[in-house]
Amino acid sequence: MSATPASRGPASGAATRPVLPADAEACVHDAAALFSAPGSAAPPPSGALARAWRRIRRERSAVIGLCIVGAFALLALLAPLIATHDPTEQNLEHALMPPGAEHWLGTDSFGQDMYSRLLYGARLALGIGFASVGLGLAGGMVIGLVAGLVGGWVEWALMRLVDAILAFPEIILAIAFVAVLGLGIDKVIYALAISFVGPFARIVRSDVLQVKSRPFVEAAGLMGVPQTALIVRHLLPNVMPSLLVQAGIRISTAILLESGLSFFGIGVVPPTPDWGLMIAEGRAFITMAPWISGVPGIALAVLLVGLTLLGDGLRDAFSPRSEGR
Amino acid sequence: MTTGTGEALLRIDRLSLKRGRNTVLDEVSLSLGRGRSLGLLGESGAGKSTLAMAIIGLLREPEVGLSGSLVFDGTELTELSESRFQTLRGRRIGLIFQDAMGSLDPCFTVGSQICEPLRRHLKLDKRQALDRAAQLLDSVGIPDARARLSAYPHQLSGGMQQRVMIAIALACDPELLIADEPTSALDVTIQAQIMTLVMDRVRALGSSAVFVLHDLALAAQVCDEVAVMYGGQIVETGPSALLLGSPLHPYTQGLRACVVELDSHELEPLAGNVPDPGDMPPGCRFATRCPKAGPRCTQVRPPLVELEGRRVACWVAQGEPVGVAS
Amino acid sequence: MFRSAAGKGLQTLLVLLIVSIASFWFLKLAPGDPVTLLLGSEYSPQAHARLTRELGLDQPVWTQYGLWLSRFVQGDWGKSFITRDDIFTQAVFQALPVTLALAALSLALALLVGVPAGVLAALRKGRWPDYFVSSLSVLGSAFPSFYLGIVLIWVFGVALGWFPTMGFVRPWEDLVGGLHHLALPAITLACYYTGLIAITTRASLIEVMNQPFIKAVRARGEPMSRVVGVHAMRNVLMPLVTVIGLQLGGLLRGAVMTEVVFAVPGLGSMITTAVLNREYGVVQAGIMLTALFFVLVNLLVDQLYTLLDPRLRRR
Repeated sequence: MSATPASRGPASGAATRPVLPADAEACVHDAAALFSAPGSAAPPPSGALARAWRRIRRERSAVIGLCIVGAFALLALLAPLIATHDPTEQNLEHALMPPGAEHWLGTDSFGQDMYSRLLYGARLALGIGFASVGLGLAGGMVIGLVAGLVGGWVEWALMRLVDAILAFPEIILAIAFVAVLGLGIDKVIYALAISFVGPFARIVRSDVLQVKSRPFVEAAGLMGVPQTALIVRHLLPNVMPSLLVQAGIRISTAILLESGLSFFGIGVVPPTPDWGLMIAEGRAFITMAPWISGVPGIALAVLLVGLTLLGDGLRDAFSPRSEGR
Repeated sequence: MTTGTGEALLRIDRLSLKRGRNTVLDEVSLSLGRGRSLGLLGESGAGKSTLAMAIIGLLREPEVGLSGSLVFDGTELTELSESRFQTLRGRRIGLIFQDAMGSLDPCFTVGSQICEPLRRHLKLDKRQALDRAAQLLDSVGIPDARARLSAYPHQLSGGMQQRVMIAIALACDPELLIADEPTSALDVTIQAQIMTLVMDRVRALGSSAVFVLHDLALAAQVCDEVAVMYGGQIVETGPSALLLGSPLHPYTQGLRACVVELDSHELEPLAGNVPDPGDMPPGCRFATRCPKAGPRCTQVRPPLVELEGRRVACWVAQGEPVGVAS
Repeated sequence: MFRSAAGKGLQTLLVLLIVSIASFWFLKLAPGDPVTLLLGSEYSPQAHARLTRELGLDQPVWTQYGLWLSRFVQGDWGKSFITRDDIFTQAVFQALPVTLALAALSLALALLVGVPAGVLAALRKGRWPDYFVSSLSVLGSAFPSFYLGIVLIWVFGVALGWFPTMGFVRPWEDLVGGLHHLALPAITLACYYTGLIAITTRASLIEVMNQPFIKAVRARGEPMSRVVGVHAMRNVLMPLVTVIGLQLGGLLRGAVMTEVVFAVPGLGSMITTAVLNREYGVVQAGIMLTALFFVLVNLLVDQLYTLLDPRLRRR
């Protein structure tokens, strides 16, 4: 009358002997993968992407976040088409104009059009955000893969390096690299990317170790089938959700850091339309022309809220508990 | 504690409990005398634990919809204010949970958790409470009781945790002890010990007990009376030896057949499952799985009727015509 | 327990060592010739050669590192080019206490507001207080602190005139004046953490309230005030401390931004001005100091876990 205990998969991370697997079903699947031709891709779990999308859709915060970020992304992409002026064109006669017919969101102290600068600023912010996180993700994956696959002292050294990177608060690291590399968009991207490598490296490495310890990989090793390709092929579907969630969380940090650095004057250089720069420029005019700081400030706040919601929503969508809902 | 063994300590009259659209308890009627023990039997989802929770007042309006009457020593519990109910819980009604580990706060010592009801209900000061707590631990068979007071729950074995739970439930000498599957989570070898311990303590106090069980043999050994529940309804209730020895309700008969005899080689499981609380049929809830059911059974609910020394709710048992099963 | 503490200590030391190597390399990679900058107007080829020898800059790299490290741990961090001040004094005795004061005040504010807010949202889950608190929390945790600072300065400093808009008074010299000047920066910085703490408290409390032992405590007749206030909240402490510890980087980031906006002379201001002035010696000192502190505080938080969760203690 009592329910049978649910069958469990192989213990994660623990070294299991290939002789008596705990979960027969998983082993059959694994064995089939073992004997498939090296060139062919292992069949991914059916509709994994569709399943992922459904989970995301169920989280309300993720959906709202996605809408906000999507709106900004659209504005950023269409900027060259929907901007009314050249964002860096100065026109001192029209300086400090409030929002009106010709300049929809007013002008700043140099006469530059706020609306156009807003659009191009979105382009810059999202561009830097995605680029730096993407670079950090790539770097982290490489480090994690190498560390996990090679093992030994290489792994130990790489992980201590990652520990050192993570020992620095992100902003300090970013400031340090900008100080060394100099100012400018590309330098900022590299500086941010380096500080993001850490978490990705750790996730990838622990997943590599987990896959490495599964019975079919050990069996492959015993039979002389190359383990590396096998591990990599089976790694990606497992690790994608956690990487995605981390990336989502990091993008808002990246944009915040980038605009902060520019605000201090140690990030992007004027006259580039960067929201951080714009806020700094508008600070002196806060009482007489609040839109100069206000437009980029509120836009930045809304975008960051959207990114935060999206990041949290992604994390909730992919957490183990939400599977049962 | 008032004597008068003829008066029921606990009287439940047509108690119904609704969670949203689901009727989890359907007109349950029971009574329990002082010093008597009652076993609630049935499969998972029958409403046994829900009934236990309702008696101690952990399920009340407005989270659930309650109708009917629940009287403890003359007090109508369904109308009792929360603050007054709190003076009953832990003091006159004690509860033992199935999951002992999960029922102890991991961040507080065992001693502080036993002392809690002692200080709140008996108004003992810290030293008195600790002394009594050590006595209680000793009485439930925990060796080195004084030292154990400063242990944390995770440092104790499953059996010891359950003993601590028992000590807490009995700390203020309650008149009624409710035990929700007290041994299900334990190793078989310890189950007997724990049940014996509970029965000894309960009898020593002269208290009444309600046991939520799914083990018929255990119920037969330990309980004076038994009530079999199915789908939120009482289907048969009466003295345990009589009822379990010669059950009249098809469900009870089926339960008995499920118990594997030592010398038989056959398992006779009951077909089917308990229906979802959302789609209960209007008549007898067991009709869909009953080998003796007829059309009348699914349409009209049989009342609980005195028959051969117990009460049973079944048209067939009562000898009523049910029509031919199609 | 001894073994794990020693192991952790060794690993931390190793990380600090790597951090120091990284900081040393930072200065090496920085543009500009430190000797020339140090000499300033007194530059001459002979002076340059002499100072280079004095500073040991003609030695192999690892020797330089050793020299630098030994000087560093003794507190000799060099002198600022611009002010000719001892960097160590400037960083540790002037800037660090300020940042600590700001961070401590903000954390206190954040806990004072965030925890009750989270509790309220958890207990009224799904109803309007919950939506209100949750929305505000998300807004607070995402809002860029440098822009928030500007807005607060405008509203409370300029328009209403309740608080001074910049400058700093040391609270240990003048408590009221100090707090008055720290109020706006602390509120700005606290917003991020308040949001985070409220969200975490809410989520943890909801989860803890679903645990079986909460029902058990209620079954003993304890009133809800004690069930939530003592038992539930005690179990919420651990996840709360975890999140606070994890987000220290965010606190520091906010502190840096807030210091610059409000011209509070803490480590953040010190480092950013030094970068603008190309004072790489100061930047390096700042980097090492913050990293050191970061590592130490993380270690402390780790130790706090074992104190908070009895299950983690090894007897």
